Amino acid sequence: MIEILSSGALNSVQDRGRRGSLASGVSRSGAMDLPALDAANALIGNDAGAAAIEVAAFPFRLRFQAGAAVAVTGALAETRLSGRRLPPWWAVEARAGDELTIAPPTAGARIYVAVNGGIDVPLLLGARATELKSGYGGHEGRGLRRGDLLLLGPRVHGRLPEGGIGAPPPPGRVDADRPLRLLPAAEWPEFSDEARRLLVTTDWQVTAEADRQGCRLDGPDLIRERRRELMSHGIVPGTVQVPPSGRPIVQLAEANTCGGYPKIGTVIEADLWRLGQAMPGDVVRFAVVDRNEAVAALREVAGWLERLRSAAALYRAS
Amino acid sequence: MAADNRLTGQGERLADDFILSEAGAGALLLDVAAGAFDEDRQARLLALADSLSGTLGVEDVVPGMNNLMVAFHPLAVEAGEIRRRLVDGWRTAVATARAGREHRIDVVYGGPDLADFAAGLGLAADEVIGRHSGAVYLVAAIGAMPGFPYLSGLDPALSAPRRAVPRAGVPKGAVIVGGGQAGIMPITAPSGWHILGHTDFALFDPRRVPPATLAPGDVVRFVVAGVAR
Repeated sequence: MIEILSSGALNSVQDRGRRGSLASGVSRSGAMDLPALDAANALIGNDAGAAAIEVAAFPFRLRFQAGAAVAVTGALAETRLSGRRLPPWWAVEARAGDELTIAPPTAGARIYVAVNGGIDVPLLLGARATELKSGYGGHEGRGLRRGDLLLLGPRVHGRLPEGGIGAPPPPGRVDADRPLRLLPAAEWPEFSDEARRLLVTTDWQVTAEADRQGCRLDGPDLIRERRRELMSHGIVPGTVQVPPSGRPIVQLAEANTCGGYPKIGTVIEADLWRLGQAMPGDVVRFAVVDRNEAVAALREVAGWLERLRSAAALYRAS
Repeated sequence: MAADNRLTGQGERLADDFILSEAGAGALLLDVAAGAFDEDRQARLLALADSLSGTLGVEDVVPGMNNLMVAFHPLAVEAGEIRRRLVDGWRTAVATARAGREHRIDVVYGGPDLADFAAGLGLAADEVIGRHSGAVYLVAAIGAMPGFPYLSGLDPALSAPRRAVPRAGVPKGAVIVGGGQAGIMPITAPSGWHILGHTDFALFDPRRVPPATLAPGDVVRFVVAGVAR
């Protein structure tokens, strides 16, 4: 069991999110930075579907009531386990009574804390992810508070070596300035040539309206030449909507399942973590790619994760 | 044509009322709208949705209003294969009458918008109540919010543009209309639709499978349970 020592309505239990319930209006939810969640689970030998804590409010503190392997990934922040400094993207053995403290990040917005066995909250609609917007899933359908006690699933793997083990960064992680790759979406042809040019040449600023549901960007107005009302249609995380104001909104993990605004493009799945790590005031850019590149990028991440899983297994006691 | 697995990088217009587009690497959107919402096309789409659910690589099949989104795992199945299933499926889809259930939903009419909404249409509030509760609605799709029903069948006399400024919090249970559509709020959330009344009818329970009370193809009737003045 672990005890949460700091309150933060934005800190929540998250896994890879829900599949198969979009048609009931159930958002995917899940981690805003999936490669970081995946790396944390891989380092300590958890199932890929194990739930971890997504930390977005800092400083964050928790206490281990029993010994456990813990992995911390995602944003870069000073992280200590009972005073001992942990390198970024690292996993170690915590002893009973140890306190984990995470300072506000110096780069990025969200950190993932995975513990062996995973956070054992009830499965709801196939996942343990918290849906903060609607208030279900995760730990009592809400963000974590001081005093919350979280149960862990059974440990299935042996101890980590003294000093712990680390993960190499996922593909593209070190190049912070890389643009968000985007596939054109249904209404792409209805935007003006100028709008399509502005989309990829503008330094878009992340506004304060950025949360798990979506991220509003500030920049020039994108003009749609065809003024046709759209009927409501299914949307996915990554959808770049352009409401009549002309300023794009990128839908994220807790996106509504249907929308009615025109869609100029979709941020590719492999790049969505960048918006999960974006802070208000950050600058993002877009680059149009094709499906082959979008699929290749996903394959590259899958390969990185598979190598990390194999490598981490070599270091854990069997 | 059926063997053509080509995908363009954007909206692919196979006909004016048959457009396929990509929603990232892992989803395709089929839009068969031809002008106003069409219940027969919707019934064909729902039949197509049923036939695609659970097929190899498919994660979510999401009916919208005269459109259908299919989300799939792009490393488990080729987009061209999903495209083929959509193109062939739409050509052969037949509007079968779904064994939809019928729901009678008690409404206490009234609330912050009813008087202004009626005045804007040049109707008396009682006439709005009569027309809203007199219609037979079809659940066209579920989405946006957990369990939210998109209802077709609204009396055209009650069709009005959405509020210029959306409300930040339209309460759970609000019975609402917007444009030519009707709905009920499953949770308290922002909405630009007009509030005509309130119901205690529960639309969503995440502990149930499926979690939404209403399903596409169901029939809804609103019953006047009271009028709050």
